[in-house]
Amino acid sequence: MEIKSIPHINEISAFHGEYNPEDCEKKSTMRFVERQQQSRKVLPSIEEAIRRSGLKDGMTISFHHHFRNGDYVVNMVVDAIANMGIKNLTLAASSLTDCHWPLIEHIKNGVITHIETSGLRGKLAEAVSRGLMDFPIIFRSHGGRAAAIETGELHIDVAFLGAPSCDPYGNANGYNRDDENGSCCGSLGYAKLDAQHADTCIIITDHLVNFPNAPFGIPESRVDYVVVVDNIGDPKGIMSGATRYTKNPKELLIARTAANVIEASGYFEDNFSMQMGSGGASLATARFLRDKMLAKNIKCRFALGGITGQIVQMHEEGLVKKILDVQSFDLIAANSLKNNRFHQQIDASYYASYVNKGAAVNQLDFVILSALEIDVNFNVNVMTGSDGVIRGAVGGHPDTAAGASLTVVTAPLLRGRIPTVCEKVNTICTPGNTIDVLVTDQGVAVNPSRPELKERLEAAGLPVTTIEKLKERAEKIVGKPEPIRYTDRIVGVLMYRNNTVIDVIRQIKED
Amino acid sequence: MNERLRRSMLFVPGNNPGMIRDAHIYGSDSIMFDLEDSVSITEKDAARFLVYKALTTLHYGSKELVVRINDLSSGLGIADLEAIVRARPDVIRLPKTENAQDVIDCEREIERIEREAGIPIGSTGMMAAIESAAGVLNAKEIAFSSKRLIGIALGAEDYVTDLKTTRSPEGVELMFARGMIVNAAKAAGIMALDTVYSDVNNEEGFIAEATLIRRMGFDGKSIINPRQVAPLHAVFTPSEKDLKKAMAIMEAIAEANARGSGVASLNGKMIDKPVVARAQYLLELAEKSKTMPVEEV
Amino acid sequence: MKIITTGVAGTMESSDIIVRIEPKDTPGVELTLESDVMQQFGKQIEKVIRETLTDLGIEDAFVNAVDKGALDCTVAARTMAAAYRAAENTDYVWKEVTEK
Repeated sequence: MEIKSIPHINEISAFHGEYNPEDCEKKSTMRFVERQQQSRKVLPSIEEAIRRSGLKDGMTISFHHHFRNGDYVVNMVVDAIANMGIKNLTLAASSLTDCHWPLIEHIKNGVITHIETSGLRGKLAEAVSRGLMDFPIIFRSHGGRAAAIETGELHIDVAFLGAPSCDPYGNANGYNRDDENGSCCGSLGYAKLDAQHADTCIIITDHLVNFPNAPFGIPESRVDYVVVVDNIGDPKGIMSGATRYTKNPKELLIARTAANVIEASGYFEDNFSMQMGSGGASLATARFLRDKMLAKNIKCRFALGGITGQIVQMHEEGLVKKILDVQSFDLIAANSLKNNRFHQQIDASYYASYVNKGAAVNQLDFVILSALEIDVNFNVNVMTGSDGVIRGAVGGHPDTAAGASLTVVTAPLLRGRIPTVCEKVNTICTPGNTIDVLVTDQGVAVNPSRPELKERLEAAGLPVTTIEKLKERAEKIVGKPEPIRYTDRIVGVLMYRNNTVIDVIRQIKED
Repeated sequence: MNERLRRSMLFVPGNNPGMIRDAHIYGSDSIMFDLEDSVSITEKDAARFLVYKALTTLHYGSKELVVRINDLSSGLGIADLEAIVRARPDVIRLPKTENAQDVIDCEREIERIEREAGIPIGSTGMMAAIESAAGVLNAKEIAFSSKRLIGIALGAEDYVTDLKTTRSPEGVELMFARGMIVNAAKAAGIMALDTVYSDVNNEEGFIAEATLIRRMGFDGKSIINPRQVAPLHAVFTPSEKDLKKAMAIMEAIAEANARGSGVASLNGKMIDKPVVARAQYLLELAEKSKTMPVEEV
Repeated sequence: MKIITTGVAGTMESSDIIVRIEPKDTPGVELTLESDVMQQFGKQIEKVIRETLTDLGIEDAFVNAVDKGALDCTVAARTMAAAYRAAENTDYVWKEVTEK
């Protein structure tokens, strides 16, 4: 055959010359079982995986937070990196929590010099608030992080992704269908995106299963290496059996009012869509909505977001037709993802990114969110506590608030002696122009930008007042708090979901 | 129908600052601060200071404020009255009322304190809780014993102990006491208030009991958990059907009056006086039980 | 009123405060305060404790308070209870509410 005789040969795309059997990889003739054992992806240690990944000083590593406070992966990997003498890394996690306090030492030793995360809690957060890091922590919402990753602006060199099950070729998931061994975290929504975009993707598992680990959250086509360790996390910390409905009367009161608000809002009609936070009051709202759905014989087309057993129950009763699950909050949710066909695992971009070609948050009729503080302009703080110390997570708060047609924030008017409704929040995480209604135990306030909503709620006999009145009421009960004192030094930067700076967190001033 | 609704009287332990602070948010018609059984004997003074300070400084809007004092024979009752009458709640609830004399003795002390403190005589209301077999038999004399009384209540826990029985889900052991108390109260033109339902996790049982006592003629019920307010009020809220009927009755009456006729009829049936009174009561109840707007507190 | 022994009132529950009052031989009230809301309300809590003691005619005392987010009325009530206990006095003085 004369290759050159092919017309327009030089214009054919993906043309690599003439076929030559010598150039091709040798065909494997091993039986399946042998082949499994021969996978070149499975490496003996995390150190080996790090070496093979080519991780160098100054690079960016990523982690997911599906193991919540039971996670061993972050500490295990960073310990290994520190032992290998690599420094100046950016740690870009989908979120960090209490159990990640050992990072403090690695920050002091210069192994980790930059952190990107959705949230921060516990000793690490305390230390950061007291000025641990030179470079401020970058806080992004789940959607903002997804956008930064998919545009390449946040470039991940190596992703270290813990997985409760994985086969020797890298098909990984938050559960597995073969047996009941190992831990379980349900959806791997945040990890999926990192696997998609990282230069090198390393799966760390404690449960190696046979190929194909289907269904999978992360496909082998995106995975470079697999490392098997003794434990990826503490199953008790990864997830509880079932998220319980609150028995706290104040939370129930708020939830009942929130459900009444939804019912009267005009968005509660057949085939609506919803998302609930996992906080006591927003979760309990689901129960009251369930009663209303039964009474009115209407159904929910889909429930989005962090998924709990309560949503699963409604799904299995036929009240919620489909579930889009970026993160499973309890074992019931994880098992439903495994067993229910219309319980779909989605990634962080599909969930909430603003730069892709369509995100699920934009289809929401309503979302019920919580707040540590909310000010008279409806700006919400879910990040810093009443003492100005970081102890929270942005999560999908700003993404769902912006996407949903009706955004309801539920919060007690007071927490101890601290008013939730205030003149100005310590940290803006979600801008007030995306919040429509505040439901407290002492009244409901509607954003003045939604006069029609206010009318509907008033017509339904709901206890509607203004947010200024709620603030005055809180101060009348507790007195006017003196402001938290900060130094000028910035320790955290809050990125809005389009990755513009919406606020900063400063170092707290101590006596 | 009396001025106030008293469908729900929420118990608030007198030595619990958190619950005292939040007592008004749950929408109960009355709040009852307790200095008696929920306060241990070593903390009686501390609870008294706390309830006194709460009543004199916190704002509870239009809620009716009730304080349950210790009975006078305990040696604590008069000390309670010295503090609480001066803090001016709407009502003092007297526990363990055995007979009319108990009410009269308490009233005498209240009046003395009102006089000493320069508070208008008679401005402190009273209610009497009946918690024994003897008390139940004396329900009539108790109900008629003082003009200050806004109502009498059943305290079932002590009462069933006195009867040497226990409370059952059906409440058969309380039938006589409830009958006596509701009848005595209505004869005296005051309110009848039912006892607490202590199994807070059994909403079905609670609703069944609330439905029963409403049917018996009770005006309301004491509750120990804020979660019970909503289901209780639901029981006391007239149904749409009953309301429509009541409205039709009132329209027929108005029409008859307009015609100058003294006799009104609806669907071929003559409407007599008790029917009109019941319709009026239902409409007033519905009006008052509408979801409350946010109160300025 | 004179402080003659140690008087304690209050609990460690949320929204409460424990006030401990002890005799002091030298003039003045010496106050130590711990609070969950020190930054926002520390000064106010101290003010309420001192004013309550002044109203009770107590000039010399050691006061230690551990606050869990108590309102002013709770701070005052616990201070009063602790003070009467520390003075071993049960002749309580109550002021009436003049307006209702």
